[in-house]
Amino acid sequence: MTIDDFLKQDSEWLRGTGPSSNIVLSSRTRLARNLDKIPFSNWANRKQLEDILISAKDAVQGSNFLKDSMFIRLKDVSEVDRLFLVERHLMSPEHAKDVEYKALIVDPREIVSIMVNEEDHLRIQVMQSGLNMRESWRIIDEIDTDLSKKLPFAYSAKWGYLTACPTNTGTGLRGSVMIHLPALVFAGQISKVLEAIAKLGLNIRGLYGEGTEAIGNIFQISNQVSMGMSEEDIIDNIERIVNQIISREDATRKAILTKNREALIDRISRAYGTLKSAHIITSNETVALLSAIRLGVDLGVVKNLDRRMVNELFILTQPAHLQKLEGKVLNANERDIKRADLIRERLKVS
Amino acid sequence: MLCEICNKTEATVHLTEIINDKVTKLHLCEECARKKGSEMEEHFGLSDLLAGLADLGTTIEPEVMETIKCNSCGFTYQDFKKVGRLGCGECYESFKKHLAPLLKRIHGTDRHVGKVPLMVGKTVKDMRSLQELKMRMEKAIQAEEFEEAARLRDKIRELEKKDKTKES
Repeated sequence: MTIDDFLKQDSEWLRGTGPSSNIVLSSRTRLARNLDKIPFSNWANRKQLEDILISAKDAVQGSNFLKDSMFIRLKDVSEVDRLFLVERHLMSPEHAKDVEYKALIVDPREIVSIMVNEEDHLRIQVMQSGLNMRESWRIIDEIDTDLSKKLPFAYSAKWGYLTACPTNTGTGLRGSVMIHLPALVFAGQISKVLEAIAKLGLNIRGLYGEGTEAIGNIFQISNQVSMGMSEEDIIDNIERIVNQIISREDATRKAILTKNREALIDRISRAYGTLKSAHIITSNETVALLSAIRLGVDLGVVKNLDRRMVNELFILTQPAHLQKLEGKVLNANERDIKRADLIRERLKVS
Repeated sequence: MLCEICNKTEATVHLTEIINDKVTKLHLCEECARKKGSEMEEHFGLSDLLAGLADLGTTIEPEVMETIKCNSCGFTYQDFKKVGRLGCGECYESFKKHLAPLLKRIHGTDRHVGKVPLMVGKTVKDMRSLQELKMRMEKAIQAEEFEEAARLRDKIRELEKKDKTKES
């Protein structure tokens, strides 16, 4: 298996299945782990960094989930490939920089990935479609236990797992849910929701763009605190609050559909029209329009498309994905043209 | 209009700066604006926020602070204040005095209650129940439930004995 093979399959976060997948795209858990007695990645020497890479590569063989995983030494792959992995949410944008001693371990189904030598030695991540935090935690917990049989982790009885940044100390756990909230944005209620979430100890930010003006109405909700709560409580807390947001979004969608039907259909249809006829289109505009189309599909207003096809367009129209599809490096203008070509092509078939 | 900083190039970026409620309008060329922008980013990075927090809760003189060094990796507390990241796991112990209030500020507590790794599992679990027993004993004494306190005291002794035999 190679990186190119990923192009042929759906990314876990866009598979469009799982509980509440009409509103929640994906659930993700992440654990930060460091090897005992070795300086954190930003302060370790070359020899130590190499040792960490070897230890990690060896240790994952002991986990059922990672038996067939790929070990990608990031300095050996192109910049486009690295960006491609970021776009697929298999690694952070930071991990694509200064790649000399960095690696990514990823299972063939793209559910589990491990960043090696990001700011922590290991950043384990498990992704699930839809709202499925508990399953994501169950898997990552097992992987973490498997790895700990071979790797002694830096740990203190009082402070828990020790991490490079004190904001991750304790459980080292960050759970996050990617959620599509077009109705709450449309109805102008999103800022109220954002305020409430912040008060409940969760963070929320836009997936594309900043703050409340999230492009594509996709938000990421995650726990703020990683110490003083058990992992199960952190996960439960996120699920509970996200479930409330889901019912709020659901109710708002229904309300708009009855009270403001024409305005809603107008917006969705215009988005559809633009995507079907544009010849030059930016990534941001695409994401914003696809958000409207996705809502249309969810509400049954757009009938000739399914969620999976819309999701696929979300990712295939990203810069590195376009370049992988074309098989060559493209500048921004060329990408905007190719992107429009791709979208017109896909929407014509349906 | 020429750039107000270099006075050479045409100003294309118009910036409004608000410092202490005083509004200043700046007209800059692209290059000077970019320099200004990176200056601002430096001011507002995460590491600065953390560093700001790192200053709170400590009463140590700056000169003394500079010399606090991790015994294991040589990282200094000053380094931490600069980058907002620690050097190694041992840094936590070396900078304990300053990190404890910082962790409390971030997480609302400085005590981990979650998962315990396999390799240290047993001893840590013992330690945790020991701490818990001690807390319960204190409470029992305060509530004047002396029988319960005595029972807890015996349990604590038992655990401590077990701990000692393990060490030797």
